[in-house]
Amino acid sequence: MKLFEIAHSRAGDKGNTLMLSLIPYKEADYEMLCTKITSEKVKAHLNKIVQGEIIRYELTNISSLLFVCYNALSGGVTTSLALDTHGKSISYALLQMEI
Amino acid sequence: MKSKIRIGCGAGFSGDRIEPAIILAEKGELDYLVLECLAERTIALAQKRKLLDPSKGYDPLLEKRITTLLPHLVKNKTRLITNMGAANPITAAQTIIGIANQQNIKIKVAAITGDDVLSIIKQQASSIMDTENGKPLSAYNIISANAYMGVDAIVEALQTDAQIIITGRVADPSLFLAAMIHEFGWNTNDFDLMGKGTVIGHLLECAGQVTGGYFADGVHKKVDDLDKLGHPFADVFADGSAIISKVEGTGGVVNLQTAKEQLLYEVMNPHEYFTPDVIADFTTVHLKESGKNKVQVSGGSGKQKPNTYKASIGYKAYYLGEGEISYAGQAAYERAQLAADILQKRLQNKFKDLRIDFIGINALHNSTLDYNISPYEIRLRIAAKGTTEGEAALIGEEVEALYTNGPAGGGGARKYVNEVIGIVSTLIDRNIISPQVTIFES
Repeated sequence: MKLFEIAHSRAGDKGNTLMLSLIPYKEADYEMLCTKITSEKVKAHLNKIVQGEIIRYELTNISSLLFVCYNALSGGVTTSLALDTHGKSISYALLQMEI
Repeated sequence: MKSKIRIGCGAGFSGDRIEPAIILAEKGELDYLVLECLAERTIALAQKRKLLDPSKGYDPLLEKRITTLLPHLVKNKTRLITNMGAANPITAAQTIIGIANQQNIKIKVAAITGDDVLSIIKQQASSIMDTENGKPLSAYNIISANAYMGVDAIVEALQTDAQIIITGRVADPSLFLAAMIHEFGWNTNDFDLMGKGTVIGHLLECAGQVTGGYFADGVHKKVDDLDKLGHPFADVFADGSAIISKVEGTGGVVNLQTAKEQLLYEVMNPHEYFTPDVIADFTTVHLKESGKNKVQVSGGSGKQKPNTYKASIGYKAYYLGEGEISYAGQAAYERAQLAADILQKRLQNKFKDLRIDFIGINALHNSTLDYNISPYEIRLRIAAKGTTEGEAALIGEEVEALYTNGPAGGGGARKYVNEVIGIVSTLIDRNIISPQVTIFES
């Protein structure tokens, strides 16, 4: 099963840092996501995109995860040569992850 | 003191649509309308325009927005708070007064200045380091430096009878929090209330991003009438809770999913969300659907004000040169790769980093002629940094030259050169900043 079948995500950016939320459609799936979607697994999945470390935050009250990915935007929004300088489309790269 | 106020957000960035703001001003029964129009780099670009013409440097859509919104704001006694002043709040305020005079409307406009710290930064550029790379700011060709100010001057302006408050760089949630402090008499040292108000501001500040914009995917997340997307408002209560909603009859949706995505949007650390007013904690927030297109926000907390202000420094980074060309049919990808190889050999001695991308679905022949070839078409894009405009132009020129000096069947070549303004940030002492309120009258 792919992650997009049970969860949604939005990407944000600050400089060279990328943030990816991961939100289960059903709050009952939150615990399972906490167990299965570790920062190590996300780092392995996005290894061609994220050069730095990934920190995972657990927001239990809203049953959501947030992955803050450092050194992830080819030097930063304002100086990258990429087409998608903000990395806004990377939320859908995360959702391609197999679980 | 009021027990409830309604704040709408009719713009989440400089280029945002105007129609949803008009609907909010006309039918939203708002106490306050906020238009948030400054992204990280917007003010540096505005500063660049101001250097070319001192009467510019405010939001390019200011006249269009104010001309259409002003009659509704006056009729409905809605106060407007906006950072459309960008690099030039004073001229922006005078421009608004000019529009009011044309419409025979009597109003007062408060301009808030003090965020521009360019002269201070330039004086001390060799001893101030940037946060990102630890380099002294003197290493950059600086064109702008603006501190993120907090609520202080906006609250002061709200105590006057100015109907419009126009600022330069202010932390986005502060535009909303200021109205709550003013109406509820909140103590700015009550950091839990500052945290709660900041959470509400953060949920609203990107406008359509909490009402189904940047959310819909047409498959799992279906949203009705996205073409008529409404922008949000919040009914905020004196205890710091709120209900996020939108005007009835507008497109989009406000639900738990849209609110969760927006709460976490661009958050570096949900335990410590820094603004000039408070270090807010987003992990204590609770969200609940309380009706159709209604999400109740409660919780949220905070601890002290940071001792420093963040300042964004804009600098001339480089000229971006880009070129694109397409190939279709048999061996399209191979020909695009051949073109990439030729470009690399012709340009690699002049440019350190060459970025090459392959793009495409159905741009060339309308309907794809032969689905057995995969991919049927490919568009090559190449990008590199030049130190001058002329150097950057070489990228596109070499792409165009592929017509007669490259692979067969190349079409639709395009070339672009754009100056790129980079942004770094630094932290500066709060005491350096002294915000000022100037009132103008029509």
